[in-house]
Amino acid sequence: MTHDSDHYVLDVNGAPREVTDSWLGESLLDVLRDRLGLIGTKGACEQGECGSCSVMVDGVLVCSCLVMAAGAVGQPIQTIEGVAPVGAPTDVQAAFVEAGAVQCGFCTPGLIMAVHDLLERTPKPTDTEIREELAGNVCRCTGYGRIIEAVKQVSVARRGRPS
Amino acid sequence: MTTVETRVETSLSPRAGTIGTSPTRPDGIAKVQGSFEFSSDISADGCLWGATLRSPHPHARIRSIDVSAAWKIPGVETVITAADVPGQLTYGLIAQDQPVFADDVVRYVGEPIAAIAADHPETCRRALEAIVVDYEVLEPLLDPEAAIAGTLGPIHPDGNVIRHQRIVCGDPAVTGEITVEGTYEIGMQDQAFLGLEAALAVPDPGGKGVELHVATQWLHEDQGQIAACLDLPVDAVRLVLGGVGGAFGAREDISLQVHTCLLALRLGRPVRIAYSRAESFLGHVHRHPATIWMRHHATAGGEIVKIEARMVMDGGAYASTSSAVLVNAVTHTQGPYRCPNAVVDGYAVRTNHLPCGAMRGFGVVQACFAHESQMDELARACGVDPVDIRLRNAMHTGDPLITGQPVLNVAPVERCILDTAALPLPDAPVGGHPMAEGVIDAMQLPGGAGRTADRSDVVRGIGWGVAIKNLMYSEGFDDYSTARCRLAEGVVTLKFATSEVGQGFVTIAPQIARTILGVDDVRLDRIDTQVGSAGSTSASRQTWMSGGAVDLACRTVRERMFEHVGRIHGVDPLRLGVDGTDLVDTVSGWRLSVVEATAGVEFDETVEYRHPETSDLDENGQGNCHTAFAFVAHRAVVDVDPELGLVKVVQVATAQDVGRALNPLSVLGQIEGGIAQGLGLAVMEEIVQIDGVIRNGNFTDYLLPTFLDMPEVVATLVEEPDPYAPLGAKGVGEPPCISSTPAIVNAIRDALRQVDGVGRPLTRVPVRPSDICL
Repeated sequence: MTHDSDHYVLDVNGAPREVTDSWLGESLLDVLRDRLGLIGTKGACEQGECGSCSVMVDGVLVCSCLVMAAGAVGQPIQTIEGVAPVGAPTDVQAAFVEAGAVQCGFCTPGLIMAVHDLLERTPKPTDTEIREELAGNVCRCTGYGRIIEAVKQVSVARRGRPS
Repeated sequence: MTTVETRVETSLSPRAGTIGTSPTRPDGIAKVQGSFEFSSDISADGCLWGATLRSPHPHARIRSIDVSAAWKIPGVETVITAADVPGQLTYGLIAQDQPVFADDVVRYVGEPIAAIAADHPETCRRALEAIVVDYEVLEPLLDPEAAIAGTLGPIHPDGNVIRHQRIVCGDPAVTGEITVEGTYEIGMQDQAFLGLEAALAVPDPGGKGVELHVATQWLHEDQGQIAACLDLPVDAVRLVLGGVGGAFGAREDISLQVHTCLLALRLGRPVRIAYSRAESFLGHVHRHPATIWMRHHATAGGEIVKIEARMVMDGGAYASTSSAVLVNAVTHTQGPYRCPNAVVDGYAVRTNHLPCGAMRGFGVVQACFAHESQMDELARACGVDPVDIRLRNAMHTGDPLITGQPVLNVAPVERCILDTAALPLPDAPVGGHPMAEGVIDAMQLPGGAGRTADRSDVVRGIGWGVAIKNLMYSEGFDDYSTARCRLAEGVVTLKFATSEVGQGFVTIAPQIARTILGVDDVRLDRIDTQVGSAGSTSASRQTWMSGGAVDLACRTVRERMFEHVGRIHGVDPLRLGVDGTDLVDTVSGWRLSVVEATAGVEFDETVEYRHPETSDLDENGQGNCHTAFAFVAHRAVVDVDPELGLVKVVQVATAQDVGRALNPLSVLGQIEGGIAQGLGLAVMEEIVQIDGVIRNGNFTDYLLPTFLDMPEVVATLVEEPDPYAPLGAKGVGEPPCISSTPAIVNAIRDALRQVDGVGRPLTRVPVRPSDICL
């Protein structure tokens, strides 16, 4: 298409990623998925209500559908693909699978990002804290019960590990 | 149906990964790592983006469509309208009444008129804006009663009444000593799956066929409808299941399938369409809004004598599955209770609202809200406890429905109620646990921290809901399922077209194979149309139907294996059984591992599994129209602030009739997830249309239950294996979202009654703050 386009470089999962011929109106979500092929980040509402597109930008959990991609230049971006190598899931990812926290799985990558962020900031969350912190991530399949169970399992397991 | 002798497994405790255990999902790691490919993630080299132009009017005549300006936009490759549809111009699951593109009249806001393909989604948006449609706006038909009365002319050649079904059972003139009646309304609920509609169509060279990767509930039904519209042989349209991000009924109908294929075939290039959330609200069918009048007649002791009801369901502009939804609603009028006499009149009608069709619960959700509200009224009128009134009337195996059909399945209604009653009530006090001595935790109050209730105003209520739900398709439909099982070198490969939408069929299918064949290594082939139909992933039917097909395919392969081993090793095949991962001669004790037994040979069987035939209803609504039934009870505990009209659901307890839990963790996931959707309908979720225009088609305004809205769920499984189910296992997907809704509303009524002794009628869901405020 004919449009205002630009070249810029994003710092994604520890590597520079060049974005070429992008329309400047593209969100970080669009660029991650459609230009950089990082399909693990999901879009489901385009208005920051569901949390499916959660990524870390400069250490802050954000909805990538609400961030202009060109505005994220110069800030480290972590997506679900940068959380752990394929086939070597984190404790949170493993707990989600074991606890039955995954059904259709569409909300899951965003929730994995949010749970890692939650447990980094609040290693021993109460039930209410888990619910409050994750209330920006909508899941339509599970009713949340098994997700809360997975978060609790990781929180308990981490207390037993050497710091 | 092929019959195979049933053999009894000789193992006493289940082996890991077999039936009754809870192995993890085979797609689990990919899903948590973001590498699982959903339909919206699939692309192809040279792929274009497609987009759809939709009507802004609920009812209008199209005078002209001018697409010339869209063609001139750089990057636009094609623009198509109804004139470009080579085959059948309409589609539909039961009646083919819905146009691929409207060409003369539009009948709802969001009806497709044209589609374009271009190089970028933004080009698509600009091109759609450039299309000029000249409309003559017509008066919309928005009142379902007007559709019945015929006060406006037909808005569709098929007429405004999609189906009228009455039921007359027993003595219609009989009356009871006690009568209670009410009129109940159910709002339009959206399935709101997270994975938006998306598809990729790849045309064959020469345009003689197309391969469509799509998230759907029923590949073969889509295939047939698409082929008819494309004027291609069915085999030339090959469907592959794209990863499905939830379904809940909304993917049973065609949405973008035909449009995507048309664009790709027109251009000879791959085309993908991905709906936005706003478009998704317009692009799929919803749960029928309904108005239900119901009157119960009972003895002074509370025994139901007769039920009268009139149900009106708004089907919206096109038929979809409205006729089947209506039959489900009217045939479930009595709920899970004995009822010797009934007069029921039901209508599914056409209006210029959004089309309605399948959503989890399929007509029974609406009926259940009415009958469970009525049961509480009846209890009060008789001076009986709400639990007692339900126990006194509870249905048993063999009891007839008001259609005359006997319930032949296990019907543990009493046990569901009693087991639910035995579950612990929440330990949190009214208003929730304090954060510390004397410090209230605002997050646990109705409304949360934002609109905090005064704890001293908060009142707790308890409510009940009990449900019956039919399983599988009804009225003579042959919804068979096909499965292929191959066993070679100790490895089983299963092939089926069963849509995995998140429910976990991909987990239980290998469990069945491991159990039947004594093999640990089970692989799943791609889910596509290269094998026979599995029927739809709906009606709580896939564990029974596709589970039955996989079970039968594995048993058939096992017979071939026994014959082979018998021949090679001189053993009578009839003496062979499977024990763990060995074949065993049940007389001599001789053993051979399945891996060794299958070295160098391959067994390959494809079977179809069918449920017993059902029949149509006659003009009085009599007939054995349903296949099987499941039951469930819910008890809800709510905290209510009657001044602010706020509700906090504190706990939902449930005992569900599951027959046999093939994977207990998956069953729990269905129970908790279904209750969340039932809670949504009770207090949050409704598509609002004003003058036929949707006003909240986005996730900011259409409220979905979050982590903070969902309460603790306490669940217990009633496991009484059903002799009619191939594995003893009933479907479990729909019951959780059926009686959870009335349980919550009955609990709110209970709370409000404590405030002033009268309470509020709350005859409409979702319950809004303005309905509650005293």
